[in-house]
Amino acid sequence: MKWNKRKLTDRIMSGMSAACVIIAIIPLVSILYTVTINGISAINLDFLTQLPRPVGEPGGGLGNAIQGTFIVVGIACFIGLPIGILSGVYLSEYGNNRFGRFVSFVADILTGTPSIVAGMFAYTFVVLYFKSFSAFAGGVALSVLMIPIVTRTTEESLKLVPGSIKEASLALGIPKWKTTLYIVINTGKSGIITGALLAIARISGETAPLLFTSFGNMFWANGLDKPISTMPVQIYTYAITPFPDWHTKAWAGALVLIVLILVLNIGVRFVTRRKYAM
Amino acid sequence: MQNKITVNDLNAWFGAKQVLHDIDIGIEKNAITAIIGPSGCGKSTFIRCLNRMHEVVPGAKVSGKVLVDEMDIYDSDIDPVDIRRSIGMVFQKPNPFPTMSIRDNVVAGLRLNGVKDKNVLDKTAEESLRKAALWEEVKNDLHKSGMSLSGGQQQRLCIARALAVEPEVILFDEPCSALDPISTSKIEDLMLELKEKYTLIIVTHNMQQAARVSDRTAFFLYGKLIEFGETDQIFKKPEEKSTEDYIIGRFG
Repeated sequence: MKWNKRKLTDRIMSGMSAACVIIAIIPLVSILYTVTINGISAINLDFLTQLPRPVGEPGGGLGNAIQGTFIVVGIACFIGLPIGILSGVYLSEYGNNRFGRFVSFVADILTGTPSIVAGMFAYTFVVLYFKSFSAFAGGVALSVLMIPIVTRTTEESLKLVPGSIKEASLALGIPKWKTTLYIVINTGKSGIITGALLAIARISGETAPLLFTSFGNMFWANGLDKPISTMPVQIYTYAITPFPDWHTKAWAGALVLIVLILVLNIGVRFVTRRKYAM
Repeated sequence: MQNKITVNDLNAWFGAKQVLHDIDIGIEKNAITAIIGPSGCGKSTFIRCLNRMHEVVPGAKVSGKVLVDEMDIYDSDIDPVDIRRSIGMVFQKPNPFPTMSIRDNVVAGLRLNGVKDKNVLDKTAEESLRKAALWEEVKNDLHKSGMSLSGGQQQRLCIARALAVEPEVILFDEPCSALDPISTSKIEDLMLELKEKYTLIIVTHNMQQAARVSDRTAFFLYGKLIEFGETDQIFKKPEEKSTEDYIIGRFG
């Protein structure tokens, strides 16, 4: 083989791409490594199932925060997924007009909104209205973050469904709404699910919007209208204290949160894996 | 012979651009009518006007009359969805539904229009696949993805899917342009069988194909119907100079 300029360029560019990939995953690996090393020692059954204990008292855990995160994220999904997915369907299938393009543009802007703004929104409209911090307010704050992400990913994945598939359906005498519901959404559903997962993963770790909406609680959840503990807020609370024991618990909490999101991702992928090999 | 479809003074536009001009034509029942002409002459638009698929494209407009058995399909109280059920369509590129099995592809039209009885669906699936000459090849793989078939098989699957909703007319929009000669000849044999029961219209770029399968041929140029007659006459003794030029390959 002759060593010429074209091959050299090819080598250099491939090498640079590979180097960039390595640089990109260094922080990721480093985070996983640090969190695991610092947190793994504190993880045991008690940590996952017990309530937090006061400073100096050994043991205790984040059970209520895990429960609370599920509740608050659940509320956010309950509000955010239907609105987000249906908006995405509208934008992709019916939104080829000024209004549609405007909404799409706004959703793009909202995706980049600092999350604390979503918290302020929920604080203003839910917390002040009900005059109480609550799980519901936290859920609303997170759903505000979630909706634009879900909307845009749904829109994009439905736009990837080939027009020929829609035409095939219409030409069979299948009405437009059934075509959208059963053919288009079905064909684009893996993209929709990916978008929903991305959104859930994103909001599960949000701290700022929860600080002044769901607030925090040292006990088990006792109603959606009451303050509730969540993992990110609990981790934050632990991390800013001067106590080494609580620092370890914060690391462990972070590890649990990462693993939860990972399991969620893998689980949903498994359930929705392609029915047919292509 | 009796006409299944009568088109009077049909005009069609994409936005401001007129793509069909004053088309008048009669489509014979239980026969194959071929539409030939160079790219962009309005062939596909013409057949898409016959099952109201033209208007699916944003900005598309139609005027004129299309009578199917005396009924004007552009009448204001006609639902295009009903028209498309009785006038099926097979597209240029095979387009099975990627998330559905072979069986589900065939019965998609029935299922999504409310037929739930599994026995009826299974029976229709088999009958339609037999009519489309695909049954023997797929009868053991009905649960597999429609995408697992070859291009020619996929196209016959699409024909089976169109047959399953029991149309009276089937429009073929260059059905063989993405297929090899063997698959093409299978589809052509199939069309000759289907004309016993259905009225077929085929748009094709392949003049031999038009000559082989069709009973009558229409030649379109720049959105106008130039000549229409018995296929033999069109290919052997065209009356118009431009038809002759196109057929012997002087342009297009």
